[in-house]
Amino acid sequence: MTQTTVTPSAGVALTLRNLSKRFGDQTVLQALDLDIRAGEFVAVVGRSGCGKSTLLRLIAGLESASTGDVRADGSPLDTGHFDTRLMFQDARLLPWKSVLQNVGLGLSGAWQDKARAVLAEVGLAEHAHKWPSQLSGGQRQRVALARALIHEPQLLLLDEPLGALDALTRIEMQQLIERLWQQHRFTVLLVTHDVEEAVALGDRVLLIEEGRVGLDLPVPLPRSRVRGSAGFAALEERVLSRVLALPDREAIPEPEPVALGALRWAL
Amino acid sequence: MASAISTLAVPVWRRSAPWIVPALLVLLWQWAATHGVLTSRILPAPLAVLEAGSRLWQSGELWAHLKISFWRAAIGFGIGGGIGLLLGLITGMSRRGELLLDTTVQMIRNVPPLALIPLVILWFGIDEAAKLFLVAFGTLFPVYINTYHGIRSVDKDLVEMARSYGLRGWPLFRDVILPGALPSILVGVRFALGFAWILLIVAETISASSGIGYLAMNAREFLQTDVVVLAILLYALLGKLSDYGARQLERVWLRWHPAYQ
Ligand SMILES: Nc1ncnc2c1ncn2[C@@H]1O[C@H](COP(=O)(O)OP(=O)(O)OP(=O)(O)O)[C@@H](O)[C@H]1O
Ligand SMILES: [Mg+2]
Repeated sequence: MTQTTVTPSAGVALTLRNLSKRFGDQTVLQALDLDIRAGEFVAVVGRSGCGKSTLLRLIAGLESASTGDVRADGSPLDTGHFDTRLMFQDARLLPWKSVLQNVGLGLSGAWQDKARAVLAEVGLAEHAHKWPSQLSGGQRQRVALARALIHEPQLLLLDEPLGALDALTRIEMQQLIERLWQQHRFTVLLVTHDVEEAVALGDRVLLIEEGRVGLDLPVPLPRSRVRGSAGFAALEERVLSRVLALPDREAIPEPEPVALGALRWAL
Repeated sequence: MASAISTLAVPVWRRSAPWIVPALLVLLWQWAATHGVLTSRILPAPLAVLEAGSRLWQSGELWAHLKISFWRAAIGFGIGGGIGLLLGLITGMSRRGELLLDTTVQMIRNVPPLALIPLVILWFGIDEAAKLFLVAFGTLFPVYINTYHGIRSVDKDLVEMARSYGLRGWPLFRDVILPGALPSILVGVRFALGFAWILLIVAETISASSGIGYLAMNAREFLQTDVVVLAILLYALLGKLSDYGARQLERVWLRWHPAYQ
């Protein structure tokens, strides 16, 4: 039942070619081309409803593409020779299993100690035996994060994993994700609404707009990144101004730099 | 002082208040019987019913009838509920099973079990099998319908999540589908248990040589109204007990459910 990949997952390279997804007559993704290197950390941003979740679900093989395909290390997804974990935007915990059992879902053997360790890392060690219904929204999200991280997959897809968290816990979880990624070097796609988070974690920041990759911005800053630094702020500003320019590109050539701090959450 | 008494008094009042009206009714009943307002042919005094109960208990008769009725209900429910569960699982889990079986089951469901009684007597006489058949027939459908709907209404997102986390086959069923369907299945079980007793009462009063229903019908021939009333009360008690049992199952199996915390 469970994939017992013992080899430390070196990550998987993704190639997306001409990828489109339509729901009825609504085109969500349109002829998208994208290459992701093995072990790369890609942050994905974009307005609500632009198709970020759909992109992750396509890569996870949960939706079928209308045109084009996704290849992992050169072979089609459905051959399934690699290990993917998707952390869904909604936590999707099994309400009839304890927090600990939820984290260990799909694991076999002596998983309990490992599950407890991962739970401790997301700061929920003392909640191991509660039911999911007894947790707060942010706690549930962290359980889902623990459940995705415990597998150390070759490809980790995180769909707004930290959306419900307060600023402090958020930074802790970002550090946790970064540290695990540095240890295991799996490939990560992280969807976020927070541009600062995208710049802090991504090797690249992708902006999805109108069904395509509207901006593909490398983040050459050394890790761990200092949020206040000039380079950081400049990159953050570039992403934000690109997003702001979108609704009417001619009308707003230069966005007000003063307002940017307040607009971090505007996506 | 006063407040201490009143805070203590509230739970006592809360607990006892629902019983005041029944208690008054029983007292009124006893009074009416002893003052000749009610003749014992119509309704014997509560005390007379109790006496009849203790008399039959001491002779061992009551226990024998109780036991046989209980076993009929249990075995009939076991067979009917078991088949209903199995069919519900099949039609709930597989489209092909649904296509093949659901229409048939729904058609048979429209036959009222009590309408089968003449046929059942022709088939089985007043044999044990007749009672078991009726109870099984009547309990099959509530369990079937609720199992089927329970499985169909399991959260698709959870199933998708579990699949993408590598669960397939039996683990997927055990860890996701069955627990998701369980609240609905247990509703079916509670319905079926209530129904099992109703069917058993009818079956036992029409054709039996033992059991609570037989006890009542036999007493009727000898005009023992007290025993008849006793039998009616026993049925109520047994029905209540099985409902209590089903509730306990819910409390244990659905303890994760916010409604049971
Ligand atoms: N199963 C579906 N059927 C029909 N339309 C869908 C389906 N899933 C998504 N869509 C549509 O596709 C579009 C993109 O949805 P998606 O969930 O990918 O957005 P998103 O970028 O993740 O948004 P958010 O940031 O709000 O999560 C939306 O307009 C949505 O209505
Ligand atoms: Mg989304």
